[in-house]
Amino acid sequence: MELRRDVFQAIADPTRRAILLLLTTQSMTAGAIASNFDTARPTVSKHLQILTECELLKQEQQGREIYYHFNPNKMKEIADFIEPFRQMWDTKFNKLEAVMKKYKSK
Amino acid sequence: MEQKTKINAEDGRQELVITREFDLPLDLLFKAYTEAELIEQWMGTKVIKLENKNHGSYQFETSYNGNVVFKANGTIHAFIPNQKIIRTFEMENASIGVQLEFLEFEQLTHDTSKLTIQIIYKSEKHREEQLKLPFANGLNMAHSRLQEILINSK
Repeated sequence: MELRRDVFQAIADPTRRAILLLLTTQSMTAGAIASNFDTARPTVSKHLQILTECELLKQEQQGREIYYHFNPNKMKEIADFIEPFRQMWDTKFNKLEAVMKKYKSK
Repeated sequence: MEQKTKINAEDGRQELVITREFDLPLDLLFKAYTEAELIEQWMGTKVIKLENKNHGSYQFETSYNGNVVFKANGTIHAFIPNQKIIRTFEMENASIGVQLEFLEFEQLTHDTSKLTIQIIYKSEKHREEQLKLPFANGLNMAHSRLQEILINSK
């Protein structure tokens, strides 16, 4: 059974966002992706597994190699965009609260 | 855990609603939206112009390393202290277009308040562009980080 993971978990990690970015312009093998990072190869494989499980990446067999593709359809689902947007506002509003508490105590 | 900031964006509509409860008295929350110096601190942008009145206008600008990276402006349609601001907002050079914003400020208790922002976009498509933006920024940040890693590993 495939583990159900959500897109937010996938894009919460900077390395996984970097992998997605690499793959927006081309499809690549796991080895080629890993060569872009200092991280150990198994760590990159784990990231690829998570991204694949939540369907942000698709695998395609070409001869002996497996290529990873970015799956833009997944990102089209509007619900996927709300959480980063919400977090952006939450961060801003936390700042507002902090700024105004400091202002009050002056 | 209860989330302090909530976003409601129903499918097939061209609006979204942001709500947030603050651990601040109403007047302080309203002040955070009307004093240039305070806006600059929490929004992280420079306030070029801000006229807090009916038919007034405002302009924000953010620079990074001497280059202007973000410019936004709008017109204030209605301004009722400690209650309501109705304004337009447009990010310059972005595909989101002009949006109409209804900001409502409410007192909850003596020390707490609530802000509700209803944003109306030109179309559902424009709303989608807006929602994609933080993800795009996240990718850009990841990209700069990646570049740093690549440069440092040379």
